[in-house]
Amino acid sequence: MEWDWEFVRQILPDLFSGLKITIIATVLGAAFAAVGGLVFAILRRSGNRAVARSASFLVEFIRGTPLLVQLYFIFYVLPDLGIRLPALLAGVIGIGLHYSTYAAEVYRSGIENVSRGQWEAAKAVNLSVRQTWVHIILPQAIPPMIPALANYLIAMFKETPLLSAITVLELMNQAKSLANSNYRYVEPMTIVGVFFLVISLISVMGVRMLEVRFAPKDDR
Amino acid sequence: MNKPIIRLDKIVKAYGTHTVLDGLSMDVKAGEKIALIGPSGSGKTTILRILMTLESISGGTIEVDGDYLYHMKDASGALVPANEAHMHRMREKIGMVFQHFNLFPHKNVLDNVTLAPILTKGVARAEAEKRAMELLEMVGLADKARHMPAQLSGGQKQRVAIARALALSPKIMLFDEVTSALDPELVEEVLNVMRRLGEETDMTMLLVTHEMGFAHDFADRVLFFDRGRIVEEGPPDAIFRNPKEERTQNFLRKIIAAGHRV
Repeated sequence: MEWDWEFVRQILPDLFSGLKITIIATVLGAAFAAVGGLVFAILRRSGNRAVARSASFLVEFIRGTPLLVQLYFIFYVLPDLGIRLPALLAGVIGIGLHYSTYAAEVYRSGIENVSRGQWEAAKAVNLSVRQTWVHIILPQAIPPMIPALANYLIAMFKETPLLSAITVLELMNQAKSLANSNYRYVEPMTIVGVFFLVISLISVMGVRMLEVRFAPKDDR
Repeated sequence: MNKPIIRLDKIVKAYGTHTVLDGLSMDVKAGEKIALIGPSGSGKTTILRILMTLESISGGTIEVDGDYLYHMKDASGALVPANEAHMHRMREKIGMVFQHFNLFPHKNVLDNVTLAPILTKGVARAEAEKRAMELLEMVGLADKARHMPAQLSGGQKQRVAIARALALSPKIMLFDEVTSALDPELVEEVLNVMRRLGEETDMTMLLVTHEMGFAHDFADRVLFFDRGRIVEEGPPDAIFRNPKEERTQNFLRKIIAAGHRV
């Protein structure tokens, strides 16, 4: 087995286009998870017991089933119900929904760390519930949870190869098809590993910086 | 005086099987300064929290400034539980200062004071800031307008909290043990602000306090609470110098023994 630089040169453009899809899926999935997690977290706190219970059940359900199964469901089963989604969109929804349940847990602890006195003070100055969330609770809850959210972002990035199972032409899928058609696996798979490693390492450094920047400080 | 500004009628407050207030009725006249004293767990703080709608009631009615607080009249004139819009309107009449200040730590002093007027009353920012600076001037903190709460002492935080409550021009102010969390040397600066408020405004003020000396000088009327009931009430001199009920006497004796000035 020899390393073939010429082959590497040939496949790099395709791998880069795969990387682009991987990054797009990660970014969109993360945006979905960030918003979806917040929605779950707020619904679970709802005064309406039925709403809170349903949200909790949904979160447990999504967490308790493998992402791969969810992806198959969204891409291959939903069309039977008349919902036909492009592969990338299905992947973004699947991975975003899955990680939104983890984000919800981070939000929950962040929100619960805001003291009850803040809710009471907001009520005493007659802010509406929405104003209280937007101006008082979330601005205090979100900064401390940024490092934890960033860790999930990295985890999510590393799970994007699962999207190859539903035909998304992301990095892993590109590498696999290049390998299959050329009968050479060592270069494509090595490059995939290197890409993931480099981006993960850079991201981890970024998370360290965020952890320093948003280190919890006592300032009540 | 005509109609009371606050009327509690047979208020019941229970947590599960534990009853904190058991059919409490009381009136407060407009402009009256009332001190609520009594052992902890006697229900006095609960009254303030109920008036601020931080706790719900289990029974009875409350009228504030001629309107029901927790109820409203439906089309047929029957009393029904108030909706959020009604409570929102009613809360505008009431301000509250807390034991633990509860300033918004992510906003500077000026923003703490201007936030609510801008958001809830649609006051223009410039106008809100002008009014906020007047209030900060009054509590002696105009020079701290751009500071963050974390940079202030407890006494300063509490004075900002008073300014924040006043910014909405409430008719009624509730003070819930506002000096209890302060270092002793910082108590006086907060009490001074309250004295000024008492002298310069005709706001109705209810305070829960363990500062008996201050309650004596400040209040028009003192209510002594024990186990969710008003055991004794009257002008400060009558309660502090010449209490009639044994429970009041015992309480005051303990308070004095604990080193509080009466």
